[in-house]
Amino acid sequence: MAMQWLPPDWPGNFWAHWAVFTVIIVAFILVMFLAFTWFERRALAIMQARLGPNRAGPFGLLQPVADGLKVLLKEDIVPAKGDKLVHWLAPVVAFVPAMLIFAVIPFQGGALLADLNIGILYIVAISSVTTVGIFMAGWASNNKYSTLGAMRQIASVVSYEIPVVLSVVGVVLLAGSLSLQQIVAAQDIPFILLQPLGFLLFFIGALAEINRTPFDLTEADSELVAGFNIEYSGIKWGLFFLAEYAEALAISAIVTTVFLGGWRGPLLPDWLWFLVKVGIIFFVIVWIRTTIPRVRIDQLMALAWKFLFPLALLNLLITAVEILVWPEVSLWVFVPVNIAIAIVLIVLWSKFFKLGWGKVEV
Amino acid sequence: MATTAKTKEVVINTEPFVVNFGPAHPSTHGVFRMRITLDGEVVVDMEPVFGYLHRGIEKLAEERTYTQVIPLTDRLDYLASMSNNLAYCLAVEKLAGIAVPERVEYIRVIMAELQRIASHLIAVGSFVQDCGAFMTPYVYMLRERERILDLFEMVSGQRLTYNYMRVGGVSQDVPDEFIPALAKFLKEMPGWINEYDRLLKDNEILLARAKGVGILPRDLAIDIAASGPVLRGSGVKWDIRKADPYSIYDRFEFDIPTGTVGDCYDRYRVRVEEMRQSLRILKQAMKGLPRGEVRSEVPHLIRPPAGEAYGHIEAPKGDLGFYLVSDGSIAPYRFHVRAPTLINLTVLADMMRGWKIADAIVIFGSIDICMGEVDR
Amino acid sequence: MTLALSGKDIAKQIEKKFPGCVAESAAESLLVEAQSLLEVAAYLKNTPGLDFDYLTAVSGVDYLECFEVIYQLTSLEHNHSLVLKARCYNRENPTLPSVVGLWRTADFQEREIYDLFGISFTGHPNLKRIFLWEGFEGHPLRKDFL
Repeated sequence: MAMQWLPPDWPGNFWAHWAVFTVIIVAFILVMFLAFTWFERRALAIMQARLGPNRAGPFGLLQPVADGLKVLLKEDIVPAKGDKLVHWLAPVVAFVPAMLIFAVIPFQGGALLADLNIGILYIVAISSVTTVGIFMAGWASNNKYSTLGAMRQIASVVSYEIPVVLSVVGVVLLAGSLSLQQIVAAQDIPFILLQPLGFLLFFIGALAEINRTPFDLTEADSELVAGFNIEYSGIKWGLFFLAEYAEALAISAIVTTVFLGGWRGPLLPDWLWFLVKVGIIFFVIVWIRTTIPRVRIDQLMALAWKFLFPLALLNLLITAVEILVWPEVSLWVFVPVNIAIAIVLIVLWSKFFKLGWGKVEV
Repeated sequence: MATTAKTKEVVINTEPFVVNFGPAHPSTHGVFRMRITLDGEVVVDMEPVFGYLHRGIEKLAEERTYTQVIPLTDRLDYLASMSNNLAYCLAVEKLAGIAVPERVEYIRVIMAELQRIASHLIAVGSFVQDCGAFMTPYVYMLRERERILDLFEMVSGQRLTYNYMRVGGVSQDVPDEFIPALAKFLKEMPGWINEYDRLLKDNEILLARAKGVGILPRDLAIDIAASGPVLRGSGVKWDIRKADPYSIYDRFEFDIPTGTVGDCYDRYRVRVEEMRQSLRILKQAMKGLPRGEVRSEVPHLIRPPAGEAYGHIEAPKGDLGFYLVSDGSIAPYRFHVRAPTLINLTVLADMMRGWKIADAIVIFGSIDICMGEVDR
Repeated sequence: MTLALSGKDIAKQIEKKFPGCVAESAAESLLVEAQSLLEVAAYLKNTPGLDFDYLTAVSGVDYLECFEVIYQLTSLEHNHSLVLKARCYNRENPTLPSVVGLWRTADFQEREIYDLFGISFTGHPNLKRIFLWEGFEGHPLRKDFL
């Protein structure tokens, strides 16, 4: 049943729909950003046997507000020899695409800004633009550390695009459409069960794209002292920080929509299910940050090209074969089959795979 | 029309550039400056620059009496003050020919081994932090270190620079609640070390970051007179506590963990195993603690006879030695510190060549330096 | 227990090999002439039975009539130690041969002695100040500095 994009029958039609949803999306991002920063700091602290912020407001709930005020009031320092226009534009270019992703994410059945019928393709395309912003930041700061950080960022994003996109194609094959509405509608069984390997590949690849531990070497505190955003202060730095969390939020939302069934669920209202699932994915991201050390740049690239990319290709091949050869079989049969295949492939491949090259002859 | 267009050879000119890992950097464990020449991400050369924490301790000591020098020694390796005090007091006692009571020997051993555990907790924690594990193991280890600092606070009133040992004894006896607290600590600590091992020992990313990285070959380690976990990680079984026992270490049973290859992972494992061996020594020392005096009869102003002495101990970071020359007066004529970390740093450039920046930080963290001792 | 070898016994051995280079020998230490320091050090390092492959520490002392540099040598294999000393009497421009070629550990320690005492070590690959900055005037650990 084709659900094409119809303008809703509201007063004002298209423009009112657009205005309302823009407000909803911007409010959603900002509120969830506040919630996520608070949640990350508290969760990180409690897992590290300490307390975390608990002074500003009850349970430290006003801490993000305090942080935001502080960042807004700081002096804006621009490096003297840096490229001023590029320096000023970089945070904008880094942040806006993260916001644009939400245009196609369904918060509820039919409730999204634009039901593009190329939804997933749009997301993949837009999310790469952030890298340009980060490289602009690294370049314009006229600082060796920043440039190093920016170079690493480009290398890692380019490497991880491919496994990410390939793992999503498996989902698209199952759903039969690129549109996110369709993908959610097709998830009578959540795709995490039907595409366990795809989920893992997408999750790991997405972590690398948004520079979260274990792949946060772009802003590795202990090596590059914040990498590409060394020379940023004040609201420009705030925008980078916001961009990082907005991307984390975007990834959580995409994973929820594409693999976990979006807003579908019993009992609770749909938008609440959406929030709960986004929250769970974000908690897993924070959990991983607390636990695992960081990889080196060549190990990062080795992981992408030698481990994730072949697995993504195999996953795509297997999904395509399953759909072609057994189109009439109930999807429930494929759940245990796919999980078994995923486990076997991961175990086998990790036997052949070595992380990193080692010493270079100088 | 197919043309044979000859593509122009595009040669991209790259040249190595020098990055300053300056004195103020989150990972250089103190004020240490490295001028690293990089070719892309690969380290081509490294030049260390010292002196940012040079306070002239050796000159200051020439103006102070032998007892007044003890607080100066605290501030050498400020993360292992008890060991510094112990080495200095041993050197002065050798110079002046002073014997110490039995109880003092046991107390000194207990303090030195507790200090070894505290110093290694920070060393291991910051090493794993440099590998990127964002604070979590570090914070857990700091929590255990707090218990040791509580014990030290009980005996000396201080958490960092204890000024506890004196020539001929210790400044005051351990209070009554010390031994039960120590027993409690000894019961819980092995469990904590096992927990860290569960999280870190076979962690694949830690292995990838540290195994095979920054190898210090055995011959080079001996040539640069490395000591402590750096030397033992390279496979040389040399520990002053066994080779040249001071105090009463020859009465205790313990092993000396050594590595095989000399990479960062080996040095990390040596430190963790040394913590376990220290717990063994502590148990034995606590059991055998006799009653008695805590100071021998030394005059208020010590005047050792003219001569010289070299006293050294196995401090957590290596072979810490004090070379003292006396001319019969109340202040040392020459006070020279053999700083293990300065000597371990001699070959840092060689260990780093060919590795990437991320590894440079990891290699540097695995040597475990403290700038107070390097610069004095 | 590390056996501290007697300076007198070693002096006898060295006198047989390099006559005239031992200036003084006592139970605890062995003083050699500055110009024969390198030969004696090489002999001590390479002779089987002595094998002093580990130079524990290099210290300098300013006795007002001369400077003295003390080498604490250890052998890991045999577990014995020896104290080797060398003096230089020139106050304005003291020099000694550098033992970096034999024991690489002397690299930073000799730089430190150069920085704080002013003793130049001939043959050292990188004799710069190590703790104080370039352009600092004077050598602080000398007795006549302050």
